[in-house]
Amino acid sequence: MNTPNDLLYAKSHEWLRIEKDSGTVGITDHAQSALSDVVFVELPKSGRVVKQGEVIATVESVKAASDIYAPVGGTILESNETLSSDPGLINRDPYGQGWLFRLRTDSPNSTGLLSSADYAATLPH
Amino acid sequence: MPELISESPLASCHLALGARMIPFAGWNLPVEYSGLLAEHKATRQAAGLFDISHMGQIRAQGKNTLSCLESLLANDPAKLKDGEGHYSFITNDHGGVIDDLLVYRLSPDDFFLVVNASRHNEILQLLKKHEAPQVRFSGNPGTTTGMALQGPQASAILAQILQGSPLPLRNHIAQFTLFGGNVLIATTGYTGENGYEIFSDIPTGLKIWAALLETGKPLGLLPCGLGSRDSLRLEAGLPLNGQDLSPEISPIEAGLGIFVDLNRPRPFPGRPALEKQKKSGSPRICIGLQGQPGQPPPRHGYPVFQGDKQIGIITSGVPSPTLGHGIALALVTTPSPACGQDLEFEVRGRRVPAKVSPRRFLPKK
Repeated sequence: MNTPNDLLYAKSHEWLRIEKDSGTVGITDHAQSALSDVVFVELPKSGRVVKQGEVIATVESVKAASDIYAPVGGTILESNETLSSDPGLINRDPYGQGWLFRLRTDSPNSTGLLSSADYAATLPH
Repeated sequence: MPELISESPLASCHLALGARMIPFAGWNLPVEYSGLLAEHKATRQAAGLFDISHMGQIRAQGKNTLSCLESLLANDPAKLKDGEGHYSFITNDHGGVIDDLLVYRLSPDDFFLVVNASRHNEILQLLKKHEAPQVRFSGNPGTTTGMALQGPQASAILAQILQGSPLPLRNHIAQFTLFGGNVLIATTGYTGENGYEIFSDIPTGLKIWAALLETGKPLGLLPCGLGSRDSLRLEAGLPLNGQDLSPEISPIEAGLGIFVDLNRPRPFPGRPALEKQKKSGSPRICIGLQGQPGQPPPRHGYPVFQGDKQIGIITSGVPSPTLGHGIALALVTTPSPACGQDLEFEVRGRRVPAKVSPRRFLPKK
């Protein structure tokens, strides 16, 4: 499974790309593969304040609905609107066009998040 | 007690095909191979091949078998002719469903039952209690293979394997010799498509699986997992025991009263309760619901509302790959809202619109 080096990872299979005081969040290659074809996403409205570990979005495949947790606390800046018409982007490009939302992070503190190598080590081989 | 997980006799085939496996009803089974949506589409447009070795295969043989089955089954097995099959139930004393099953008559003293994996041992024990000196029930889990070949190309693919032997008619079963083994082929399925269910010993099953894959591939056949099996059956409005049927839900509440035969004198478990429901109506009934594109899909367990009043609960729900919006079966209080009426279901604290629809969501073929 692909786990890019420049990202931070939550054990619950979200990734975080830090850009100064904001961050972009998506789900990992492993998560999209385990979910299989994503057919519906429910994303947060901008301005919503979220705590680390709070349920912030839902990604649904044909089989099931999966909660997405905020990997860090912050304020939602924008959600990826393209996903409502093409949720399959999450499967096709989980670290790129399949991003879920951007948020202004509370602090640069990313406690509890894993490096690429540490996250990869948690995945089944 | 930890649940013991059995491997399908076809496990080596799934491994070779790169299937993703999950535990289901005590079995380690493929949930998908190439992807649920691709598998769903292949079954609707060409053909899908499913491992159903986990389904319980029970043989009932000997003089008085029919009489024994008549006293247990909700649909009357005496209606079956040689080579015919039908859908039936084993109900408890309250008329609730212990299991739904297919019952085939091979000859007057030889019946074949296909039951749910989760109920296999329970049903086998229940039947064995009724064994008489001349009636024998057999069929232990894990000793046979079963596979379902479903879709518009299913007949063309199977005909090539059978090399000229005629295929059984819809809802019929016939015995064949294939690759040197005895094989039962029934024209039944769980997808709403034309198709076949093929039962045999393990070595023969392994050869049939390989032959069907190879023959079907040029015609668009894909091996299919439990994921697409569930979305396909729900589009066809077919119930899943444990969700749409349970010991607390009767076949009449599930809208399947036509498979409960009360026009015969013979008693069977739950008959008085079912007679009462058929005569004066059941307190609840299963309806179909259709959501809208762009709205969250309905799922098992979501509450259903008519205005401010909760009238029931979704028993099975899925985003329909064929229709592009959510579909569901829901158990609601009677009198139930009519087809076309607007209801709502609740998803993560928010109400979502849905219309009452017939339970078969796709047009009949």
